[in-house]
Amino acid sequence: MKTLIRGGHVVDPANGLDGLADIAIENDRIVFTGAAPDDFQPDQEIDATGRLVLPGLVDLCVRLREPGEEQKATIASETEAAAAGGITRVVCPPDTSPLIDTPAMANMIRQRADACGFARVHPLGALTAGLAGERLTDMAMLAGAGCVGVSNGLRAVDNTLVMRRAMQYASTYDIPVFLTPQDPWLMGNGVIHEGEISTRLGLPAIPEAAETVGVARDLALIETSGARAHMANLSCGRSVAMVSEGRQHGLPVSASVAIHHLLLSERDIGAFDTRYKVIPPLRTERDRDALIAGVRDGVIGVICSDHQPHGADAKLAPFSEAAAGISGIETLLPLTLSLVDRGALPRLAAIAALTINPARIIGVDAGHLSPGAIADLCIVNPSHRWQFTPEKMHSRGRNSPFLGVELGARVERTLRAGQTVFELSG
Amino acid sequence: MTNPILLAPILDQMAADIQALDLERPLMIGIHTGGAWVAEELHRRLELPSPLGTLDISFYRDDFSRVGLNPSVRSSTLPESVDDRAVILVDDVLYTGRTLRAALNEIFSWGRPAVVRLAVALDRPGRELPIQADVVGQRVELTPERQAKIARGEDGALRFDILTRERRGGSA
Amino acid sequence: MMPSDSAVQFDSSGRLRHFLTINGLPRETLTGILDTAESFMSFGQREIRKVPLLRGRTVVNLFFEASTRTRTTFEIAAKRLSADVINLNAARMSTSKGETILDTVRTLEAMHTDMFVVRDSASGAAHLIASHLPSHVRVINAGDGRHAHPTQAMLDMFTIRREKGGFDGLCVAIVGDVLHSRVARSQIHALSTLGVAEVRVIGPRTLIPTEIESMGVKVFADMAEGLSGADVVMMLRLQRERMEGQLVPSEQEYFSRYGLTEEKLRHAASDAIVMHPGPINRGLEIASSVADGERSVILSQVTNGIAVRMSIMATLMGGADGGEETG
Repeated sequence: MKTLIRGGHVVDPANGLDGLADIAIENDRIVFTGAAPDDFQPDQEIDATGRLVLPGLVDLCVRLREPGEEQKATIASETEAAAAGGITRVVCPPDTSPLIDTPAMANMIRQRADACGFARVHPLGALTAGLAGERLTDMAMLAGAGCVGVSNGLRAVDNTLVMRRAMQYASTYDIPVFLTPQDPWLMGNGVIHEGEISTRLGLPAIPEAAETVGVARDLALIETSGARAHMANLSCGRSVAMVSEGRQHGLPVSASVAIHHLLLSERDIGAFDTRYKVIPPLRTERDRDALIAGVRDGVIGVICSDHQPHGADAKLAPFSEAAAGISGIETLLPLTLSLVDRGALPRLAAIAALTINPARIIGVDAGHLSPGAIADLCIVNPSHRWQFTPEKMHSRGRNSPFLGVELGARVERTLRAGQTVFELSG
Repeated sequence: MTNPILLAPILDQMAADIQALDLERPLMIGIHTGGAWVAEELHRRLELPSPLGTLDISFYRDDFSRVGLNPSVRSSTLPESVDDRAVILVDDVLYTGRTLRAALNEIFSWGRPAVVRLAVALDRPGRELPIQADVVGQRVELTPERQAKIARGEDGALRFDILTRERRGGSA
Repeated sequence: MMPSDSAVQFDSSGRLRHFLTINGLPRETLTGILDTAESFMSFGQREIRKVPLLRGRTVVNLFFEASTRTRTTFEIAAKRLSADVINLNAARMSTSKGETILDTVRTLEAMHTDMFVVRDSASGAAHLIASHLPSHVRVINAGDGRHAHPTQAMLDMFTIRREKGGFDGLCVAIVGDVLHSRVARSQIHALSTLGVAEVRVIGPRTLIPTEIESMGVKVFADMAEGLSGADVVMMLRLQRERMEGQLVPSEQEYFSRYGLTEEKLRHAASDAIVMHPGPINRGLEIASSVADGERSVILSQVTNGIAVRMSIMATLMGGADGGEETG
């Protein structure tokens, strides 16, 4: 089976490519990127004129809800939604139920995803047993079963000694440690950034220091343990500065941000609008701008969706009791491109943050379009204006504050290993 | 616009008619706002010993759930108890009768008068309730789209302007 | 421009439909409520203390958080307006399991409730309810978490206006646990809307929320400074469970710094009035001699509460059926 994607504008940051090129695929591999050689006889041709052709996206933080909360979503529904968003690989945190703390569970999740045939799933293994922050897990065995890193999910490891040993142990096997830096005491029962809005609405607040104290502690532990660490979903401008300083000192630390933190702020919460409830919380407009600058400067290498699908009832509660999180897997790419369109991010940096950078963090050969690479890619219409509505969503979770918003780009086709796994109908 | 009706001559006759009712321990109460103006004039002419009371019937209106509270609602002031008194209730215009119904309800929330008599400056057709005045200054034939609106001139003299309603309703 | 939590209070024609927060209400609305309350004040003297404004209407006092005091004044207010009143002290699950707060409200609404008076321990609960009910149902916020207690603030404003004759040029000091106080937040909005000269909050930094200055107040840590020249001193209730080293080291230390004594009150204007939303913790936030003293208007606040709540209920229910006036 030979496929030729002809006439598209290829953006492949790993190869510094940002221009017109054809892509030839033979079976599951890319055979060349550039002008089509005369002797390549494709079985099918895809006309990509006026379209962007990108490496399949790699999303570092996606909650699939399976196992444990299949009433909200399933591996099948969410990997299909991923494909509809141009995403071909997703990383899922270990806080499923049961947890991903055994090789069997890691294998089961990967196999189920493979059977579904949409996006691949790369699980993270639990950093501590039961995520209780007390005992180490069988990290080497988890890595052997396909876990691309270890993480304690949203649960802070409040015992610093346990955290240090976990990092040391993970570094023995060069397993990336995914961190959600936070101080649990300062987090308390907070639900919103501490500032003007929390004061006006009278909601329990999460100060900036809840994150920066965590970042500072974890940076110190990274330095002494030598662990390869990834700070996930940063929300504060101060954190970016601290990570930047750590990287300048040569610390092996990377960072990601959820796309909604680049677009929204605490002010969007308005009158207790629970659609905007996320953890870490939306912070100030200054933080938002600093996070964008962090992506532009390369301190934050990854933009993820922090996809958290919920059922309809989860957000129908008083703000402090409503579920946190946004169903964001299908808006990750169009919203990131909106930042490019308005000049906030250069296109290559933005696409790198969705493809090659996250792929490198999880040590997977993906996120680029070099000859010989697995043919994971997506074709995007960069000038298709469309309204994002519940009916158009593939995710089971309809909890998105972007519903009703007009988006400026749309994924038209997604290929996984050379096979079309999503094609926009109509 | 029809010529206004001046109240001065009407008031003298009304005072005489009220006198003729021969009430024992009368207590005069005017309905806010127009009725209170008429009552002031009558009270002065009759030289009644008890101070004049005023009633704001906004809280008793039967159209509350449709139009809401009058934003300029005032407190009712009844300087003396109405119990066992002969109340002379005064209003400017008697039309549907609904205002008087509300006023009677309010008076009874204050106490139990011995007798209530009604004096109105203008009586026009259009009654929706079985209410009639004991003392009437003047009867006028007005079609439903016409409205008699009390006003006080620069010299302080009261008059009725006869207007054509711009919309259905008004507070007669 | 701050995003407002106020918009849901108005219907499409701009009429006040719910009373959830004072933030965003125009001055005329607040003055109108105070004026109407003034007319209701006389009703205490009548033989029949009722008016028929809400006759045939059903008011449900839905209290997810116990408060006999507040519930009772709402009940009296509704009954004086001739409404049928149902009191429900409901416990609710604070998680998504079981019947949700909206399930409870929708069930009651199906029984033809015209107005809900809601108290809940979660900020925003009244907003949530108001935005999920059919448009003919009114909601009054009787206190939601730390967010707002607008009827309490209105009765405080009513008391201030009666005592001081107006709001122009007044300096008002709010003392104590502002962090957890829904009353303080509503008072601040009301005072600034009604145009006082200055609002101050006084307390230790652990009890003053961050960026409270953005609400237009001045923060003081010292009572002598903060009370200096104040015309109105509004004390807040401090819950004992917040003492004991959590936010304040001890009751003794708190009272020594912030308890309102006659000595501290001397820093305020000579005709300053002292207010408290109740219930009072004597000897913790206020000395008995001040609470019962001649400057205290605490009992008037309670009396005024009924007229003010009648006024708010009447304002919301007025024109409920739409249409025009007839003679």
